[in-house]
Amino acid sequence: MSSRTASPPSVAEAPGPSVLTRRRQRTGWLFIAPFALVFTTFLVVPLGYAFWLSLHTKSLAFGTRFSGLENYTKAFTDPAFLEGVRRVLAFALVMVPLQLGIALVVALVLDSLTTRLAAVSRLLVFVPYAVPAVIGAMMWGFLYSPDFGPFTQLSELLGLPAPDLLDHGSIFSSLVNIVTWQWVGYYMVIIYSALQGIDQEIYEAAQLDGANGLQTALRVKVPMIASTMVLITVFSLIGTLQFFNEPTILQAVAPGAITPDYTPNMYAYAQAFSYSAFNYASAISFSLGLVTFLGSYVFLFLTRKRNGLS
Amino acid sequence: MKRMSTALAVAAVAATMLSGCGDSSGGATSAKASCTNEIVEADAPQVTVWAWYPAFEQVVDLYNETHSDVQVCWTNAGQGNDEYTKFSTAIEAGKGAPDVIMLESEVITSFAIREALVDLTEFGADEVEGDYTEGAWRDVSSGSAVYAIPVDGGPMGMLYRKDIFEKYDVAVPTTWAEFADAARQLKKAGFPGTIADFPTNGRAFVQALFAQKGASPYEYDLQTPQDVTIGLADDGSKEVLEYWDELAQEGVVATDEAFTPDYNTKLVDGTYAAYLAAAWGPGYLNGLSGADAKAEWRAAPLPQWDASDPVQVNWGGSAFAVTSQASDQELSAQVATEIFGTMDAWKIGIEEGALFPLWRPVLESDYYRDLEYPFFGGQKINADVFLDAAAGYEGFTFSPFQNFSYDKLTEQLTAVNQGETDPATALDDLQDQVVSYAQEQGFTVTEK
Repeated sequence: MSSRTASPPSVAEAPGPSVLTRRRQRTGWLFIAPFALVFTTFLVVPLGYAFWLSLHTKSLAFGTRFSGLENYTKAFTDPAFLEGVRRVLAFALVMVPLQLGIALVVALVLDSLTTRLAAVSRLLVFVPYAVPAVIGAMMWGFLYSPDFGPFTQLSELLGLPAPDLLDHGSIFSSLVNIVTWQWVGYYMVIIYSALQGIDQEIYEAAQLDGANGLQTALRVKVPMIASTMVLITVFSLIGTLQFFNEPTILQAVAPGAITPDYTPNMYAYAQAFSYSAFNYASAISFSLGLVTFLGSYVFLFLTRKRNGLS
Repeated sequence: MKRMSTALAVAAVAATMLSGCGDSSGGATSAKASCTNEIVEADAPQVTVWAWYPAFEQVVDLYNETHSDVQVCWTNAGQGNDEYTKFSTAIEAGKGAPDVIMLESEVITSFAIREALVDLTEFGADEVEGDYTEGAWRDVSSGSAVYAIPVDGGPMGMLYRKDIFEKYDVAVPTTWAEFADAARQLKKAGFPGTIADFPTNGRAFVQALFAQKGASPYEYDLQTPQDVTIGLADDGSKEVLEYWDELAQEGVVATDEAFTPDYNTKLVDGTYAAYLAAAWGPGYLNGLSGADAKAEWRAAPLPQWDASDPVQVNWGGSAFAVTSQASDQELSAQVATEIFGTMDAWKIGIEEGALFPLWRPVLESDYYRDLEYPFFGGQKINADVFLDAAAGYEGFTFSPFQNFSYDKLTEQLTAVNQGETDPATALDDLQDQVVSYAQEQGFTVTEK
């Protein structure tokens, strides 16, 4: 609140804020206005509408009626929704550490390199993130194809039975692979820039104390970027709980393995657009939002000493 | 940095919630905005049409050139589910739907119950009833109401590779018993592929095979919209599923999922010796790449359970409905009826689009009966197979929640395939799932 100190003492007795303060506030609102407009139109209003929808029920045979929290009770007792939540939690458990682990290692390696190779490698690792998610998933769909995918040809070459990367048993890991491929570069860049922000003098001090490269990396660099790691873990967690694009695209090539209720977001989509249950779909979305919020909160709470948020 | 990460985390949590409602905010664009085709009479009133028929642009041009009082403004809003998703959103939004829309017969009830379609009887639909076969007309009607004008049909037959059956010296089956024998003989003779595919996501295809053995899973009339009868676990369906499951377990039929790029390739590269298909199947095959150049395709009637009492079934086919958002319903009904109501339009539909006409003047013409198909080595497939199949089709009643029902069927068939359940239990479970869904939706359910 810098405005208070800025107020000249002569008008301090005047009731309400000073002219200058008011003018400043007006200017402030003016600057916020474009964002506020977009934020309200595309976030607050749809959120409100979706919440309103979720409190009503429109069934096929009857009209719309107010149903309070009924849709939420239904969601949290709906085996399809719960199974979806369980599945995305399993994805989070596997994918988040995997992505961040790889990203961290790559970032640390690139940070300690100073050759031109480092810049090129950085770009190469980042490239998959620049590929739109839908195109990336479609491309992998073809790579996984049991008939014209390279993995089949490779195993034929080695005389092994061809793996069906799109069947029930392997679809989980196939999806993990796509997401990891796509996102590692993005997290790597964030970690890398955090590493670049560390004062070089600290490294010199560590060196003077006799720390080798590995020790510097693990004992100096990693603790210093702990808050960044927490931040991207939350990003990654939220992204995974909302899992939608990749399984939806792969559904076209693996319709048996990926059901319409594979993830909660897909389930909400199916409810809204295949079964015309927009109200229940809204409730599922809000329930997922709640799960995500709780998940993120629990994580931030557990890591409160390191995340710099407390 | 500290503050920034808080802000980002909050923003990220907020973004989660945004995605929740992002689903419902994506809308259809105004259908009036643009037409794919050129408007010939700029001053005439326009009727917007969504359709995905092959070669439809030529049909639209023909219509616009021959009409000065009305013009069709056509948009291809996607095929099947893609279009239905947009239509569904437009219904919910209360605007954005076209005046006339192409719908497959299986979804007509689902949209009619949402009051999205106009009953065409008040615009003279009953006057053209005689122009269509009884089965086709029953597919677009519910009680005395008529919700669409039939366009093309999908009477079923068996398209097969003459060269493969000859090479392995196996007779082309006419009954399902012979079909099972042929499947085993082909394998025994060293055919590397399988006789055919029974896809878990066959949806309407699987439903049609069940129907051939007497399955009639729904009774529903929009005059009493809250009552529905559901019987998905009948003995006929169970027998059909057991039949296919046995062949699949033996490895003599494939269980590849349909409509994937892999499946499309296998259809034409000789992996399957036969394609159990609807009358639009030849057009579908024609559009696929990777075809075996030596392939010799022929068409035969769909195998029967009882050769002395053949049952004809239908897979797919579509119709033109008028939406309740249409600005001029009478004019829209006129377009829906007329657009495929001339011989010239049908010549385009048949020769360019490989459609199977339900309009009797062309269906019963010598031209159509005697048409020779180069793809089938000059065989008159209509005279040989599809005309009889269409004439014998008696119609089918779909449920007002067909999409849900099909999704659950796919889940159950996948479970059977995985060996997690057996055919009879799968269909019993399907019945329970669909019944409880229907009750949840407020229907009074009678089980049969």
